[in-house]
Amino acid sequence: MAMEQVTQPAQRLERPQRRRKLPSEVNIFLVLIGIALIFEILGWIVTGQSFLFNRQRLLVMILQVSVIGIISVGVTQVIITGGIDLSSGSVVGLTAMIAASLAQTSDFARAVYPALTDMPVLVPILAGLAAGTVAGLINGSLIAYTGIPPFIATLGMMVAARGVAKWYTRGQPVSMLSDNYATIGSGIWPVVIFLVVALIFHIALRYTRYGKFTYAIGANMQAARVSGINVGRHLIKVYAIAGLLSGLAGVVLSARAISGQAGMGVAYELDAIAAAVIGGTSLSGGVGRITGTVIGTIILGVMTSGFTFLRIDAYYQEIVKGIIIVAAVVADQYRQRKRRKA
Amino acid sequence: MISPVTMRAVRTAGAIPNSEFLLEVEGVRKAFPGVVALDDVSFRLKRGSVHALMGENGAGKSTLMKIIAGVYSPDSGSFKLRGNEIELNSPLDALENGIAMIHQELNLMPFMTVAENIWIRREPKNAFGFVDHRALRDKTEELFDRLNIRIDPEINVGELSVANRQMVEIAKAVSYESDVLIMDEPTSALTEREVEHLFQIIRALKAEGKGIVYITHKMNELFEIADEVSVFRDGRYIGTHKADDVTRDDIIHMMVGREITQMFPKEDVPIGDVVLSVRDMTLKGVFHDISFDVRAGEILGLAGLVGSGRSNVAEALFGVTPATSGEISINGRTVDIRTPAIAMRNGMAFLTEDRKDTGCFLVLDILENMQMAVLRDKYVSRGFVAQAEVERECEQMREALRIKTPDLNERIENLSGGNQQKVLIGRWLLTRPRILILDEPTRGIDVGAKAEIHRLISKLASDGVAVIMISSEMPEVLGMSDRIMVMHEGRVTGFLDRAEASQVKIMELAAQ
Repeated sequence: MAMEQVTQPAQRLERPQRRRKLPSEVNIFLVLIGIALIFEILGWIVTGQSFLFNRQRLLVMILQVSVIGIISVGVTQVIITGGIDLSSGSVVGLTAMIAASLAQTSDFARAVYPALTDMPVLVPILAGLAAGTVAGLINGSLIAYTGIPPFIATLGMMVAARGVAKWYTRGQPVSMLSDNYATIGSGIWPVVIFLVVALIFHIALRYTRYGKFTYAIGANMQAARVSGINVGRHLIKVYAIAGLLSGLAGVVLSARAISGQAGMGVAYELDAIAAAVIGGTSLSGGVGRITGTVIGTIILGVMTSGFTFLRIDAYYQEIVKGIIIVAAVVADQYRQRKRRKA
Repeated sequence: MISPVTMRAVRTAGAIPNSEFLLEVEGVRKAFPGVVALDDVSFRLKRGSVHALMGENGAGKSTLMKIIAGVYSPDSGSFKLRGNEIELNSPLDALENGIAMIHQELNLMPFMTVAENIWIRREPKNAFGFVDHRALRDKTEELFDRLNIRIDPEINVGELSVANRQMVEIAKAVSYESDVLIMDEPTSALTEREVEHLFQIIRALKAEGKGIVYITHKMNELFEIADEVSVFRDGRYIGTHKADDVTRDDIIHMMVGREITQMFPKEDVPIGDVVLSVRDMTLKGVFHDISFDVRAGEILGLAGLVGSGRSNVAEALFGVTPATSGEISINGRTVDIRTPAIAMRNGMAFLTEDRKDTGCFLVLDILENMQMAVLRDKYVSRGFVAQAEVERECEQMREALRIKTPDLNERIENLSGGNQQKVLIGRWLLTRPRILILDEPTRGIDVGAKAEIHRLISKLASDGVAVIMISSEMPEVLGMSDRIMVMHEGRVTGFLDRAEASQVKIMELAAQ
């Protein structure tokens, strides 16, 4: 009797205590720290300098991946639904052109739209975002209404959007942009935009119905349908958001370069997908977090800076990047399998 | 025991004695985690005969077939092929030893020609090692002549009708010189004329001395084509008879003759008004002219064999695959249910048949699995989910349903089948449905959880919910239902009241 009385309250205490598991991002964060430390050590050995304790370098490190980061926030959501977006890089190029063409100053004699120079800075920004959203809406509608695989729909958009970007000015770059517009891409602004976007969608994915439905569709599309979710309409939303963020990336990139070029953003979609995958997003859908993607993006940045810092050829950098992408997925699958057995 | 390889070699050399039985299976047992699918089952197939296998869903027919076709290996028992003990390790092993299975879901490659499909891996080659297309064609035509099949060997399989594809499958099986052919409900997708053609081919095969194992739910086919019939029930072998010596009633009694020992606690509750009323609902080619009413507090059981269209009716009611014509009214108001969302808005909930395919979000946690349906119109303001409130509701549901898990943040895939099912039931109960459709609510669940789910369904009915319950388990249907609607081949064949219903009566309506 006495023993029962002792043990029972103990059991009762245990129940409400929620066993918080470590989020899976912890692993990837440790990888980030590990990579940074390797560069730090190599830095002291090879150049006698610190890699990390250099504010300028840390800023550049994140600055150069901010554009990729903005895209990868959108791509992460697409991948969580079990889809893929190959069009982001081309949409960056297209929206960079469109936004830049509306941000030119009247000092320039050969503006794209001579009547539309010296516009308020909001005009090119909204135009870029709108163009990106339209591209995303087309992707989403194709997938939702024709039932073609996301790979094909966005592959088509990737080729077509690049074509439109080149046709837009017959291949001519768009330059002489206003100072106000250039501000968006200067200094720390791209980093701020990236992190704000990441925060917004981190909250959206975790705390809103939009987020819950996004995971549900990726986890089991059929079950999502039976649960009353309008899968088609939701997918259109997700792809439109991905397009919108590509548009934002295009604006930031053109502002940073103070020009629009049709060749901007080539292969960015692959870096963005890589960032998401390194960050733990599963290509089979239903799994992934923005925090992971942000860490994945920063890993790409650390690698680029690290190799530059050590003055190692870009070739090696690409080789190592490739290995890390594959290793991230292998490690993830291994973890999943272990989890399932447990 | 001789190895499959030796056996194959001996057979090719033509040195096998003509034993009377092609196949002799004795005392076979096969268990899967949680269930014994076959227990002490014996079965013999004579040369030149058609042997029908009959039994309810889950009686063990398919498991036995898969053992014979090398898909599963038995836990114990002996397996003789043409008088020699043999152990098959794979379907290919079985095929090369003369056992071919004609699959229900056809296994042909649609973008290859008929001839290529039949001779795949065994294509005749010319002097350069390339496929000899002329020889391929000739061989196929020769085979087709022998079986009296008229199909162009060079047409793509994808362009053929289901019936013709089946013919190709049979020809493929014969091309391996198989003498044991297994057909699992081969006529389920065929028209009457096609069935007649199939039977001609089966007779031709019989005349060649081959043995055919024929799984069917259709009594009339049994008497038309089979020489012998074996009946199974609940994983056990009941008996074998010559088809000429038994009547339809004998077979039905063998199929259902079990004692009902389990208790089902459907309470008697006052039955209210008609909540759901369905008139002449039709989905072309799937089910036709379905009409029924369900009242508040009533459990309507939906019985029928696999393929009778039960689940399709449920899917149509819930708007997953809407019907092409007919009328559904809820509380006297006609509704057009085109999507699950509309069904939910009208107070319906639908627990699907397949937990893994259409129920669980396996990679998400229990909490998210449970809240996904209710979020459509509750606990959300300005897009944000009222997390604390939802969690409280889910926690209460977990207590009420006694879901055994330490933590609602656990992934649902780590739960047992019974607990997964409870989570899914919880998902629908959170939406406070007035009409609850349950498709096989206790399939693959242990006895304890089963009883709990039965108690819960009964409780819901007494709260005034109208319940439609599809089940393949006779005792469950009989114990739980106030009324039973029986379907056969897409049509309602009858209604039985709780008082008059019996296993025999259901089976008479279900297997016509």
